[in-house]
Amino acid sequence: MKRLLLPLLLFLPLAAIADDCLLRGTGDLGVVIERATGSLQVVDTTAHKALFRVEGLGDLSHASVVYSRDERYAYVFGRDGGLTKVDLLCGRIAKRIVQGGNSIGGAISQDGRLVAVSNYEPGGVKVFSSDDLSLVADIPATRTVKGKGSKTVGLVDAPGERFVFSLYDTGEIWLLGMKDPAHPRLTKFAGIGRQPYDGLVTPDGRYYIAGLFGEDGLAKLDLWHPEKGVERILDHYGKGEQKLPVYKMPHLEGWAIAGNRAFFPAVGHHEVLVMDMESWKEIGRIPVHGQPVFVMARPDGRQLWVNFAFPDNDTVQVIDSESLKIVDTLKTGKGTLHMEFTPRGEEVWISVRDKDEVQIYDTDTRKLKGRLQARKPSGIFFTDRAHKTGL
Amino acid sequence: MVRTLSLLLGLTICPSSSWAAAPSPARQQELLYLLHQDCGACHGMRLKGGLGPALTPENLSALSEAQIQQTILEGRPGTPMPPWKPFMSPEEAGWLADRLKQGKTTE
Repeated sequence: MKRLLLPLLLFLPLAAIADDCLLRGTGDLGVVIERATGSLQVVDTTAHKALFRVEGLGDLSHASVVYSRDERYAYVFGRDGGLTKVDLLCGRIAKRIVQGGNSIGGAISQDGRLVAVSNYEPGGVKVFSSDDLSLVADIPATRTVKGKGSKTVGLVDAPGERFVFSLYDTGEIWLLGMKDPAHPRLTKFAGIGRQPYDGLVTPDGRYYIAGLFGEDGLAKLDLWHPEKGVERILDHYGKGEQKLPVYKMPHLEGWAIAGNRAFFPAVGHHEVLVMDMESWKEIGRIPVHGQPVFVMARPDGRQLWVNFAFPDNDTVQVIDSESLKIVDTLKTGKGTLHMEFTPRGEEVWISVRDKDEVQIYDTDTRKLKGRLQARKPSGIFFTDRAHKTGL
Repeated sequence: MVRTLSLLLGLTICPSSSWAAAPSPARQQELLYLLHQDCGACHGMRLKGGLGPALTPENLSALSEAQIQQTILEGRPGTPMPPWKPFMSPEEAGWLADRLKQGKTTE
């Protein structure tokens, strides 16, 4: 009896600590960023409910999230240079550092051991251990004529423990090899085009593509053959046409690929561009409600969901990827900022800032299935991103 | 008292007469909401900068209120800054410029 009791007593304090944490899987969880209050909600996509609110995350303007490969931890990239590791099961901050002055997103390495952050100020990329957020590598960007480091944008992970990103002010793409964390290997591609504003990697991790704000077209790098250099694609879209003022920069994250076609937002136009992935040529344009911000493919590729820039950000349109026809126009409400599909795409969650809510739609019927209260919600990120290259 | 005095001083040296045509309180709230939520997409919700520069009084010190008003209304060619004149009057842009210069932008 005594022998039994002692281990039990030793175990008790531990159990008490873990009591406020959940014992469950995390594959159907996610986070909703509440950007104005520097908080997030941990949500359960099966139960349609919030599990925790985590506060103290700093300035979450334009915040984004990547996940640890065990899908327990969310790494939140804030605008104020904050990098916060949030424990989804316990609903609290596991570790938080302020690593830069002004940041724009990040990525997690193929093996899940490194988290990289892209900085506007001071321009460059820093790489951290995903475990304790200790600094592993600091990669300052090229200095501009004003003497400041170029802003870095469009940071993604790629196979082979690599990170790829673009330099906004100096028009470059850099490939950072982190196979040996003590000796980062940097390959630079200059003259890729003016003002790359965002980047993406195709879901197979092969092609890195930077969108250009300063000129028409996109810059493409084949990561199977980086020695071939950067190639320009869709050079002529929008040529000679009057661009409209852009009230919100489009995003390329989660580039929509359906079959052999890729769909993405046309900068300064009320159009979604369609490109053939074999020839990299434009094969169509779909006129839409406003300037697209996100063009997201449902996981099965059958539908594209599009939201729009101010002042048209009260609407979401759904496009059939086969017929290229708009099949639905939803009036979600002002400040419709982001959309995220459940892992297999039966639902989409949409953040509607001005209504302080997240709306949950059935993607087949487009019927509203539920709502979740959230304070000025922006980005929504589900844990299945943990196992997707570039997300 | 001190505050009133500085306000009065601000009035007398203010180049544009934006105070005279101050928007209604409801419209002021709308403009400040727009500033943080939509201008904030590039300049940061706390106006500390992003793809666009910080809109703090320190960072704007080299610009006059009239120059800021002009930038808001017409945008800056060659940069992503768009013209906001479809969404506000010159007086409203002047009022925003004045608030930005003073750093009084809380809603």
